Amino acid sequence: MIDLSATSLLAKLQSGEVSSEEVTAAFLDRINAVESRVGAFLKVNSESAMQAAQAVDKKRRSGAPLGKLAGIPIAVKDILCTEGEATTCGSRMLEHYVPPYNATVVEHLLASDAIVIGRTNMDEFAMGSSTENSAYKPTSNPWDLERIPGGSSGGAAACLAAAMAPLSIGTDTGGSIRQPAALCGVVGLKPTYGRVSRFGLVAFASSLDQVGPMATTVEDTALLLETIAGHDRRDSTSAKIDVPQYTASVNSPLENLTIGVVPSHYQDGLDTEIESAVKEAIRVYESLGARIKEIEMPHAQYGIATYYFIAPFEASGNLARYDGAHYGYRTDQQTMLDELSEEANQTDGAGESPLVRMYRKSRSEGFGSEVQRRVMLGTYALSEGYYDAYYLKALKVRRLIRADYDSAFDQVDCILGPVTASPAFRRGEKTNDPLAMYLEDLYTVNANLAGVAGISLPCGLTSENLPIGLHLQAAPFQEEKLLKVANMYQSATDWHTRRPEIQ
Amino acid sequence: MTNPPYDVIIGLEVHVQLRTNTKLFCRCSTEFGNPPNTQTCPVCLGLPGALPVMNRKAYELSVKTALALNCNIPNFTKWDRKQYYYPDLPKGYQISQFDLPMSENGYLAISSPDGEFEDKNVGIIRAHLEEDAGKSMHDEAQGLADTRIDLNRTGTPLLEIVSEPDMRSAEEARAYLQELRLLLTYLDVSDCNMQEGSLRVDANVNLHVHTETDEKIATPIVEVKNMNSFRAVERALHYEVKRQYEIWQETGNRIGDVPKQTRGWDDNAQLTRAQREKEESSDYRYFPDPDLVPVTITNEQVEAFQQQIPELPAALREKLVDEFSLTPYTADVIVNQGPEVVAYFQSLAEHTGDAKQSGNWVQGEVLRVLKEEDWELSEFPISAEGLADLLKAIQQGELNNSRGKEVFSEMLSAGTSAADAMAALGIEKVDDSALEDLCREIVMANPKVISDVQSGNEKAVGALIGQAKQKNPNVNPGQVRQICLDIINAL
Repeated sequence: MIDLSATSLLAKLQSGEVSSEEVTAAFLDRINAVESRVGAFLKVNSESAMQAAQAVDKKRRSGAPLGKLAGIPIAVKDILCTEGEATTCGSRMLEHYVPPYNATVVEHLLASDAIVIGRTNMDEFAMGSSTENSAYKPTSNPWDLERIPGGSSGGAAACLAAAMAPLSIGTDTGGSIRQPAALCGVVGLKPTYGRVSRFGLVAFASSLDQVGPMATTVEDTALLLETIAGHDRRDSTSAKIDVPQYTASVNSPLENLTIGVVPSHYQDGLDTEIESAVKEAIRVYESLGARIKEIEMPHAQYGIATYYFIAPFEASGNLARYDGAHYGYRTDQQTMLDELSEEANQTDGAGESPLVRMYRKSRSEGFGSEVQRRVMLGTYALSEGYYDAYYLKALKVRRLIRADYDSAFDQVDCILGPVTASPAFRRGEKTNDPLAMYLEDLYTVNANLAGVAGISLPCGLTSENLPIGLHLQAAPFQEEKLLKVANMYQSATDWHTRRPEIQ
Repeated sequence: MTNPPYDVIIGLEVHVQLRTNTKLFCRCSTEFGNPPNTQTCPVCLGLPGALPVMNRKAYELSVKTALALNCNIPNFTKWDRKQYYYPDLPKGYQISQFDLPMSENGYLAISSPDGEFEDKNVGIIRAHLEEDAGKSMHDEAQGLADTRIDLNRTGTPLLEIVSEPDMRSAEEARAYLQELRLLLTYLDVSDCNMQEGSLRVDANVNLHVHTETDEKIATPIVEVKNMNSFRAVERALHYEVKRQYEIWQETGNRIGDVPKQTRGWDDNAQLTRAQREKEESSDYRYFPDPDLVPVTITNEQVEAFQQQIPELPAALREKLVDEFSLTPYTADVIVNQGPEVVAYFQSLAEHTGDAKQSGNWVQGEVLRVLKEEDWELSEFPISAEGLADLLKAIQQGELNNSRGKEVFSEMLSAGTSAADAMAALGIEKVDDSALEDLCREIVMANPKVISDVQSGNEKAVGALIGQAKQKNPNVNPGQVRQICLDIINAL
């Protein structure tokens, strides 16, 4: 049962062949069996999930109307506020923080009668590409437990690959859904900026963050996107654009499909096995009748540099609120006061005020090193005298990147390419090289900078049996097209059906 | 007295709390005076994941105000984060407007009816919208620095109105503030209550010292805060001017020689004190808030707001002088009372047909009573129509002005109409032939007056008026005087 897609499980639930209680119990059993090795979850809702499943079963028996995901277990990344449940963002800073409200996406899930089975591990405040920046624990890639699952939605991808949940919610600021989906051999979609409400999503970089669906099939991805998308009056940046019935069209191939390929994607640095797998995917599309067109994205090369200004600018502001004053981690008061009075003896009373010391110590102790690095980067680059050189320049490049996409989408339906330059690396391999880690986002950041939609789906395995992801991108609010095109590939191939043997 | 050897340069920053029911970026109430932290939500608490959504009403009130200040309204404005750490700022930044404010380049005309200064336009650099911070209540008793935070105010919409440094005296600054407050009252965009913090004033002040070679040297600019009344502003500015001139004489420091200083006004001690230097300089690292979309407004929408603006004080003063023939002084007094009193006066003038009489009564009697009773006009029990009946009776000679005031008091205390009050006081119009008989009787009884008048001393007839009033309090003294003179002259 745990190998079935959510769509198949729904059919069985609707026909009465299985109950949500049975489905939920099966996934909880799987979690019991493999979670200790994978470490995808920060919290598993064993009891409340079973209660919710029983409630949905009861509701179904009573004939009451049911939501789109009635009875289907789902994992939620620990960055979406859930009323009454600790929402930690993988940070010590929010270890005991319990939000008093639900994120809009969580409300949609509850209204759809989905069963929230647990909260998944992530890089602290979504900053990272390996989930090694979680303050709590690393997550292993189910295909090779020595390797990272990608990040920041590493737990969200790993729990799908390990069949601990059929559906999962991730978030993507520079590739945080698509890169772990690629490395774990599952499907992950970053919607157009504004497609899904950010209300209740703990902000990393507000102009880049999007919540998105993760699943094992394109069809399930369509189902989950349909459930969570739509305008939200509580998020000024969410779009007032109707949400199509993605599930109704996902199985119809797109006619007269033109796919764009970017020659510069295949230059130095791309793993040869990934290159072959992606090129094989191009041939699959050709065999399905698609026209392949070479396109140029001349400013794509500046994406990483631009992203690593814009994201830290926004993060430095968004994370200013974690100062120990109102909620979250605060440094030990007595230790701090002792420290200050000792210093005052030595410096004749001069020195830092207790308030400033409280801020400094709380933030130094509550944030991990990657978060501190990015907050400092952003703070520095926004400082007086640097604004024009960094912020305005980054904004200009961002507009040029968007212009590249606009002209590309005048010519093609989708842009096809690799998701990552290499398969999952070993834990610790890039820990001491932040720049190498930042290059994990090479192929994904531009979709965030431009605000377009992108999807990652499995398209092969390396000789070491590690998944390879295929990246498809479509114009803003063209998720329907993106899902159709992705599903054409899945209908013609079986990479998405491969599952790891967990050692 | 010779002029002081310097010019005083004053610019004011006024924060006005706008009259909205809910906060600028969430739906919490803006009501004043409730228990601490009872008007908060995830948005104004800055909780993780919460997002701001603009209250369009606050923007609209700002547009109206800016238009009344003769500002330009750009079609596009945006929100910026002003970043600094303080415990009453839960997000670590204030949502404000930096380089593209919602309005700019206006002015406010000020004048002094008693000639303290010449009429002038004070330039408005910009007016922009921002959210208020919370309140920190410092309790440093018992040697423990204990601060409590109330976030009820956090997120309340503020319009920051920044003037050009166009004011040359504390009196001009006070006049600017009074005129601004009056304008806001006419627009009904703020309750302008300084005690509740709905109107807060910071002043930037320095001197241009004249040298013997006729140069002018600017001294360092000082920002003065903590002024809780217009009187405090005026006093603080006087103090600061004096202090700065003394410092100039001591140090010779020019602008730029020392960093800009912030001083707080101590109303008890009647002096300004240097405030603790900010931990960080004024680098607020402003940048556009990515959580909010820019605000757009069309020229047609701006025009529609322009149409909604009521008659404003400056125009009303002119109108009362030009169309109602009031003296500039009376017009100023009435207009400064606010739109309700102006409307009362206009209604009264319409009903009585005598604007001058109406103006005198409003200025003299109505405003006196409002002041004595500490009433708003809405609490004043006599309607304009009711008062008009009394004034018309005076016009028609049924009673004189001083009897009129007695009737006015009776109307107030008994809550009756003019006619009933007159009846209660026994005031009725004296029949013409009865008056003639009365006058003849008195004239005949006073031969000395007759001979005085006949020998050219008309004033002597005044003695008869008092006698007539004793016999009948309702007689009109003017009529008595004329009739008595006519009788004597006909003898």
